[in-house]
Amino acid sequence: MNLLTQPIGVTHYLVVGAVMFVCGVVCMATKRNGIGMLMGVELVLNGANLNFIAFASPWLRQDSEYALGLDGHLLALFVIVLAAGEAAVALAIALNYYNNHGTIDVDRADDLKG
Amino acid sequence: MGHESINWHSLFFLLFALLACGMSLAVVFTSNVVRMAVYLIFALSATSGLMFLAGADFVGAMQLMIYVGGTLVLLIFGVMLTAQGPFINMRSGGGEWAVAFIVGSSLLAVLVTMSISVPQWLPAPAVAHHPAPAETPAPAETETPAVTRTVAIAADPPASETPATEAPAEAAPKSETPAVEEHAAPEEPQPQAITGGPTEDMRTATPIGMALLGARVDKPKVTGAAGYLLPFEIISVHLLVVLIGAAYLARAKKRVG
Repeated sequence: MNLLTQPIGVTHYLVVGAVMFVCGVVCMATKRNGIGMLMGVELVLNGANLNFIAFASPWLRQDSEYALGLDGHLLALFVIVLAAGEAAVALAIALNYYNNHGTIDVDRADDLKG
Repeated sequence: MGHESINWHSLFFLLFALLACGMSLAVVFTSNVVRMAVYLIFALSATSGLMFLAGADFVGAMQLMIYVGGTLVLLIFGVMLTAQGPFINMRSGGGEWAVAFIVGSSLLAVLVTMSISVPQWLPAPAVAHHPAPAETPAPAETETPAVTRTVAIAADPPASETPATEAPAEAAPKSETPAVEEHAAPEEPQPQAITGGPTEDMRTATPIGMALLGARVDKPKVTGAAGYLLPFEIISVHLLVVLIGAAYLARAKKRVG
């Protein structure tokens, strides 16, 4: 199957979205920097958003009457807006944490452990 | 391979997909937080390119404007405010990487297997697929009294005698702005109500705006609560609360430690 001459389907978009999602999950799991974990969250949300867009498009699949259409676009827009809000609040929390603890290492945030 | 012509849609998809995947992997594998931010910018910009290629022009533009222009600038501010000295490079232990790779690779295997297992998600045959969204620019503009175009006219009364609609121009009374359904009903012979068939107006900004106001002009047959007015209001209040909360949390305080 030659990728340069074959058309693109939902499957290709899903694979790209899966790669971005898994990169985000690994980023969230391995980074010790709090801002790095936020970047992992952004990657996860983008992978999911790409799946919404792929399912919304009627040109990428064989049964185009089952495409999500405009609903997928609207859900992707809501995800973008919610991600912006999440980034603002999480960044404020990270800055607060940095001011209180003098570090951004999330492994040092074990005050509740007692 | 030589006798087949290059599918340019696929070529650009491959370009943006490789850029997005490679930059996502670079975000994971670098330990410098400043470089992570730069790689994330490239990854999200390539994602917006993929959205444009899927026909989502408005969402792709919003991805560029809100994500790359807003959220990432916020993240870079966070990086600049906290990346000092030992916090720029923080490496994790080998055990964490091993566990994360086992979990991540198994998750990736499951997701990719799921993605390629549904035959309806494979691309349509090439002959039926030729009017791809990126390849039919002009003829969709000229000969379509599509639903979205009609709504754009109906929302603007002085422009209702523009020659864009040939059939309903005399049928439409010019004085009062008629409802959306009156315009959309007579020119809806095709059964599928997707936002863009290959011959329709494929721009999505106007239907998205109408859907956020509660009117689904892309699905005239659907009655009832199909619009997105209530989620739009909820998310507006949510954004206001988020802004107030973020400003409250990040206000200047005396440093304790």
